Amino acid sequence: MKKDILLLKGNEAIAEAAIRAGADAYFGYPITPQSEVLEYLMLEKPEERTGMVVLQAESELAAINMVFGAASAGRKVITSSSSPGVSLYQEGISYIAGAELPCVIVNIVRGGPGLGTIQPSQADYFQSTKGGGHGDYHLLVLAPASVQEMADFVKLGFELAFKYRNPVMILSDGLIGQIMEKVELFEQVDRATEFDQSWVTTGKTPDRERNIITSLNLQSVMQEKHNFKLQAKYKKMQSEVRFEEIECEDAEYLMVAYGSSARVCQKTVQLARDKGIKAGLLRPITLYPYPSGKLNEMADRVKGMLSVEMSAGQMVEDVRLAVNGKIPVEHYGRFGGMVHSPREVLEALEEKIVKK
Amino acid sequence: MTEEIIVAGFGGQGVLSMGKILAYSGMMQDMEVSWFPSYGPEMRGGTANVTVIISDDRVSSPVLNEYDTAILLNQQSVDKFESMVKPGGLLVYDGNGITTHPSRKDIKIFRIDAADEAAKMSTSRTFNMIVLGGYLKIKPIVKMENVLAGLKKSLPPRYHHLIPVNEEAVKRGMEIIYEVA
Repeated sequence: MKKDILLLKGNEAIAEAAIRAGADAYFGYPITPQSEVLEYLMLEKPEERTGMVVLQAESELAAINMVFGAASAGRKVITSSSSPGVSLYQEGISYIAGAELPCVIVNIVRGGPGLGTIQPSQADYFQSTKGGGHGDYHLLVLAPASVQEMADFVKLGFELAFKYRNPVMILSDGLIGQIMEKVELFEQVDRATEFDQSWVTTGKTPDRERNIITSLNLQSVMQEKHNFKLQAKYKKMQSEVRFEEIECEDAEYLMVAYGSSARVCQKTVQLARDKGIKAGLLRPITLYPYPSGKLNEMADRVKGMLSVEMSAGQMVEDVRLAVNGKIPVEHYGRFGGMVHSPREVLEALEEKIVKK
Repeated sequence: MTEEIIVAGFGGQGVLSMGKILAYSGMMQDMEVSWFPSYGPEMRGGTANVTVIISDDRVSSPVLNEYDTAILLNQQSVDKFESMVKPGGLLVYDGNGITTHPSRKDIKIFRIDAADEAAKMSTSRTFNMIVLGGYLKIKPIVKMENVLAGLKKSLPPRYHHLIPVNEEAVKRGMEIIYEVA
């Protein structure tokens, strides 16, 4: 079969990948800068290609609860939105996590708080990795840094969601959502699911007990037991840590950045090395679980770390926890919809880390 | 080879689509490409710009603060981006409506009166392709055959009958661009 190489926007890659990953349904509500997901799906008519359902809900609240419903039936379901919309999702996400349902949620982050701007931001890190909704739960969070990864992580997201019966978040932003790059698409996956379906609520058959999907448990003893089970699952999920090392081998100074900031920092690594500064970049690909072990190990080899993110400093907390005081860790980043340039990051690296 | 380009002008001038055709042309030539548009309010009447990177290697940052080439199609864009061209780099601009012309001595400055030329052609919507032609005359980073293949890829089939007139516009642009002393 010939290779399918297309020039797509990040948002379009999410949509095409959803069809190809054999998704049964997409529910969403338009919001900039991710509207191309729904637009692409509407144009592409996946109901004719694979039978996939695409529906524009009347609100974000409706969309996330449609996801809840479809996921309860064991279906491969995906939704996408941007920051204010994802805030509206949070109640549903907490219920989905509590009920242990698989789904893929895409957040194309824009500047906040509130309605903020429509430009790229990474200020939803706390919300995505530390809970977001109420209760003790975690999403498995993937952070694509290219249009290629936007496509690949949809497929990977479904696999991980079903493996752990846990919602997976693809945390991207307006930059990766809007750029066009070459993308090599994977082959169409059959919608008929390959995943375990023993728990789904599609009607009781005489040969088994009822399957119950709920996040409600009025007996505290039972709810604590359920929480222990969730915590054991999150511990198991730690084995899914993924990261990329760029020029780390001989690095004296390490930048830590994910998503579009990692792309900017890649250029900063080149600029720094041109100046004789041995800089490297560690790019977390999973934000939960976080590559803490790797960073702790790197802390023995480098003189300082700079966490670069389009926020006032969120991921830097996880870097500091991982490094545990061994070396200085600083933060740099523009925010509110502004994107730092490679040279700005280099200046910050020199100012905050190299010269210290 | 890596060529980092900014194209900027009014929304509606075909800035984004010109960038897109350039990106597609690079892709047809088996190169790595990235196309990052200004999106949102700029698209609706204000200024629009797009960063296009064409490279033999994997593209790192799609966001840049200096460019090998700036293609500037209105006064605001000249004002904003002239200073962001790398020393020794290239600035191409359309003279239409420009009162403060670019004046740096450490870069190459070329002028192309594409708006005037487009008005003479059968359809004035070829404006951006005239500019593209001018740019490719100075920096032939993609071959003509790949530009045509790129056009075919980026235009929906219902517009494919316009490919010959676009090709003509690219060629015309190559003829009328000139260096400003």
